[in-house]
Amino acid sequence: MFSLDTIVQGLLLGGLYALFAAGLSLVFGIMRLVNLAHGDLIVLGAYLILGLGTVTGMNPFVAALIAMPLMFGLGWLLQTRLLNRVLGEDILPPLLVTFGLSVVIQNGLLAAFTADSRKLAAGPVESASVAIGPVHMGVMPVLTLATAVAVILGLNLLFYRTALGRAFRATSDDAVTAQLMGIRPQRIFAMATGIALVVAAIAALYLGTRANFDPSIGPARLLYAFEAVIIGGLGSLWGTLAGGVVIGLAQTMGAAVNPEWQILAGHVAFVLILMVRPRGLFPRAID
Amino acid sequence: MALLSLQSVSKSFGALKVTDDVSFDLQPGEALGIIGPNGAGKSTLFNLITGNLRPDSGQILLDGRDVSADSVMARCAAGIGRSFQIPQPFGHLSVYENLLVAARFGGGLAAAEAPGFCMDILRRTGLAGVADSPAGGLPLLSRKRLELARAMATRPRVLLLDEIAGGLTDAECVELVATIRAIHAEGTAIVWIEHVLHALNSVVGRLIVLNFGRLLMVGDVKTVMNSAEVREIYLGAEV
Repeated sequence: MFSLDTIVQGLLLGGLYALFAAGLSLVFGIMRLVNLAHGDLIVLGAYLILGLGTVTGMNPFVAALIAMPLMFGLGWLLQTRLLNRVLGEDILPPLLVTFGLSVVIQNGLLAAFTADSRKLAAGPVESASVAIGPVHMGVMPVLTLATAVAVILGLNLLFYRTALGRAFRATSDDAVTAQLMGIRPQRIFAMATGIALVVAAIAALYLGTRANFDPSIGPARLLYAFEAVIIGGLGSLWGTLAGGVVIGLAQTMGAAVNPEWQILAGHVAFVLILMVRPRGLFPRAID
Repeated sequence: MALLSLQSVSKSFGALKVTDDVSFDLQPGEALGIIGPNGAGKSTLFNLITGNLRPDSGQILLDGRDVSADSVMARCAAGIGRSFQIPQPFGHLSVYENLLVAARFGGGLAAAEAPGFCMDILRRTGLAGVADSPAGGLPLLSRKRLELARAMATRPRVLLLDEIAGGLTDAECVELVATIRAIHAEGTAIVWIEHVLHALNSVVGRLIVLNFGRLLMVGDVKTVMNSAEVREIYLGAEV
């Protein structure tokens, strides 16, 4: 019914959605903050890479390396100056603030870059492909999935093998008790948002080289990211990768049947999985 | 100079005065017990010392320095460790990781020193066998021990114990008391809130009696336990 090629393309597309979702998953997991501006922050990252490339003439991959620490700094400032002030028992204030932030970023980008579609030009690598058996794969999509796996692997190592990761998990469990252990939750949250925006910068690189972008496309990326996180199960980074792959596969298969069904198929897969497994594919063992 | 000193500390929740002009000194290496009926403001006193609550008036001195305005994290780093009455482990972390977090952040230990330090505490508190178990799934005795172990991992000079013997069987209680006595013998000062008086009195030298937020009496264990006022208010005995 579906060709091997379709399935492979879907798998690879899933890498992009996993990259969209990883930062969202990280921030939600640590501080129960639903960042409605996450998609717009990815788009902002794409414009940052574009701007760096335009000014200096450097390749988007190099520009992304420079954008990563800048995005970390932005995340740190965002958390310490804005989001830490609204985090609390009530989840509504941070939700409203990030919603407002989303509007601000979109309009700021519109004012600065106009509504024209842009694209990051990565050069010959964009059209390069490799053949494995009967399947031809673009180098960029392969790189996207490989990066997504590396990012998830890296975040897992950070979470489970480092002192900072233990502080993330301890603060996530109980921020009040964490303070009695000498942890500063506000600084931990700032680190988390900084890292989430580094991942957003990586996502931006692949978003911008894969297709056109303009200031208004953030919310749709946020939606894919949300679906990936929920499908995977809250709190599981590998689950988020699996969720991204499910959306990618569903979209590619939907498009193979009828090109108009691409987006719809992704959302239908999301709903179907929630009907069968309401807590996602890999929910946390103890809650 | 006193290690920890409370000077005329008061705290109200609305019209209710939960801590009313409380003053006492804790000498370095001393073990001090706090007793009093439920609702006397014992746990509130701990929250004031750790910084979870700010006093309305009065001062809290550590090494003679006023820490009343310091954050919880700063007071932890300065040497105040605390165990909770209701154990609050980081449930998704292993027992060992619970201690590592405390040792690296509150205890200020380097990555190379922390593992050995934590394993040593786990052995001493009888938790070595469950080191890699998730802390969320532990039975009560182990949770109580973890509270103690994790507080120790922050390398406190003052250890605040909140009803750590409550809910344990006699045999379990004896074991825990032996551990606490060993910690005290190494020079860590202890302030211990406890209803299980035989456990408390086998460790502490002095007792403070709180009633309705007020400091009713301070004195050595024998004097306080024999006081008619304490027997009436705290033990409910007719005199």
